[in-house]
Amino acid sequence: MKTILSLQNIVINLGGKPIIDDLSIDFCEGRIHALVGPNGAGKSTTASIIMGLGGYRDVAGDILFDGVSLQGMSVDERARMGITLAWQEPARYEGLLVRDFIGQPAKDKSEARTREVLDMVNLNPNAYIDRCVDRTLSGGERKRIELASILAMEPRFVLMDEPDSGIDVEALECIFDALHFFKESNATVVMITHSPVVLRKAEHAYLLCSGKLSREGSPEEVDAFFTEECASCEEPSAEKVVQETR
Amino acid sequence: MKNNDLLEKLYRSINRKPHALRDRPDIARVEIHHDRVLGVHLVPGLEITAEEKKDTINAKIRVVQGTIIENPIQVCFGMIPENGLQRIVLEIDIEDDVHAAIVAHCTFPNALNIRHEMDAIIRVGKNAHYAYFERHVHGDKGGVTIVPNSKVFVDEGGKYQTDFELIKGRVGKIYLDVDAELQARATAAINARLSASGDDIVEITEKIRLVGEDSVGALTSYLAVRDTAQACINNEMIATAAGARGHVDCKEIIQDNGIARAVPIVSVEHHKAHVTHEAAIGSVDNKQLETLMSRGLDEDTAVDLIIQGMLGGAPEISKAGEDFLTL
Repeated sequence: MKTILSLQNIVINLGGKPIIDDLSIDFCEGRIHALVGPNGAGKSTTASIIMGLGGYRDVAGDILFDGVSLQGMSVDERARMGITLAWQEPARYEGLLVRDFIGQPAKDKSEARTREVLDMVNLNPNAYIDRCVDRTLSGGERKRIELASILAMEPRFVLMDEPDSGIDVEALECIFDALHFFKESNATVVMITHSPVVLRKAEHAYLLCSGKLSREGSPEEVDAFFTEECASCEEPSAEKVVQETR
Repeated sequence: MKNNDLLEKLYRSINRKPHALRDRPDIARVEIHHDRVLGVHLVPGLEITAEEKKDTINAKIRVVQGTIIENPIQVCFGMIPENGLQRIVLEIDIEDDVHAAIVAHCTFPNALNIRHEMDAIIRVGKNAHYAYFERHVHGDKGGVTIVPNSKVFVDEGGKYQTDFELIKGRVGKIYLDVDAELQARATAAINARLSASGDDIVEITEKIRLVGEDSVGALTSYLAVRDTAQACINNEMIATAAGARGHVDCKEIIQDNGIARAVPIVSVEHHKAHVTHEAAIGSVDNKQLETLMSRGLDEDTAVDLIIQGMLGGAPEISKAGEDFLTL
């Protein structure tokens, strides 16, 4: 299978200690991946590095997307190449309407398309298109609206940070349904998760530990190792390293 | 310039059809250019008198007790020339048990050196509901100074809401002053949304005095401040009666070299009253920005969308305004 995104020897140091330690991963195109690991293993940092968030626009090592280095590229430049991120806790926007939140960045900016993607995440377009993406929406509703906005941008590479966090069963089903849409369009998905339920939806899994790739394989193999071996491990997490250096 | 030409230019400047309202006898309207009243149309229960003086209009609006005016009264006022003074002295009497709303468009599209003053006294009767939405449309030169002053008295059980919006064109200079006094069970919501840029100056002073038992007040000001614009919001809520409740909310987003200041004052003089406030001044929230950028919007477009959302939240009365806009 073709590699769509390649992390090559990525190193991130904080206070002289590595939080991502010579990490190399090849993500195959069109596949659903899971990135698992204990708290502070570097999963969300890896997503930030790929998306170029915060201080992670330039990092040691390289990131190739379809053969092109992402080093130095801004978040929006990466997004226009087809990379995007669904956040663990989606942002709230006072006054910003769902139609604008979804429609403005969408490939097809028509209202019909906005309605279609709302339908795809099981939200009634009539009830939601003129609502604000603010605190009046539940966490599950905001996750679904975020997912709708991602579907509308028709991405090639989707990072999903803790897709099951803070949502109900119905919303989680919508997220799993969306995986089919991504699969149909040959998009690549990377789900960052602790959850065995989410992990089992993947086709391939990676286990991170202290910023290093510890293991990869089928979701079942990685889940078994994670459950049996990681729980009793004394390895200091990256999170602890960050706390110690502050 | 003839009245019809002025009227045409006023409406065109706010991007509306000049004669759309002529075919709607069920909608009351008032049109004012500088110190001339260009048009008035009344509906049952509404009385308007206006006196023209040099640079000044003295007007009285009365809505007779018990009247329910279905459609918002449409007001369009402003000045087409580049220079001048427009002073409007206004008395509004919303009598007991009235339901009425005004949607006002205030336009100065070519202003280089225009001063617009408004001195209003507004009385909202017992159990009356009155809402006032004012949208300003300014040109891009910033040559306008706006000085609106309102004294508002809301009687027992009355409801008063006002929305001031200036988000298109340059502000110029604005010194907005509202002082409202609420009797028992009265409510007031005073909202302002402005976008300042260039060397604009915004000074907002709003005060609600909750003197009646169980009265409720809310002061909300949302501003975007860009370039070298300066803004200062002085919001004050004073509660002196049992059961009075108030909230002061101020949000300002700063870009470039803008300067923003918020001075919320809350004063509670009765142990059974309760007032809260929140103020946030800063740049655009990073997570909001990065989320939109991770969908492919460049930074400037994402910032504009966030600010547009913050300033464009649609209060009830502005929906009534939008109905008019589509005529």
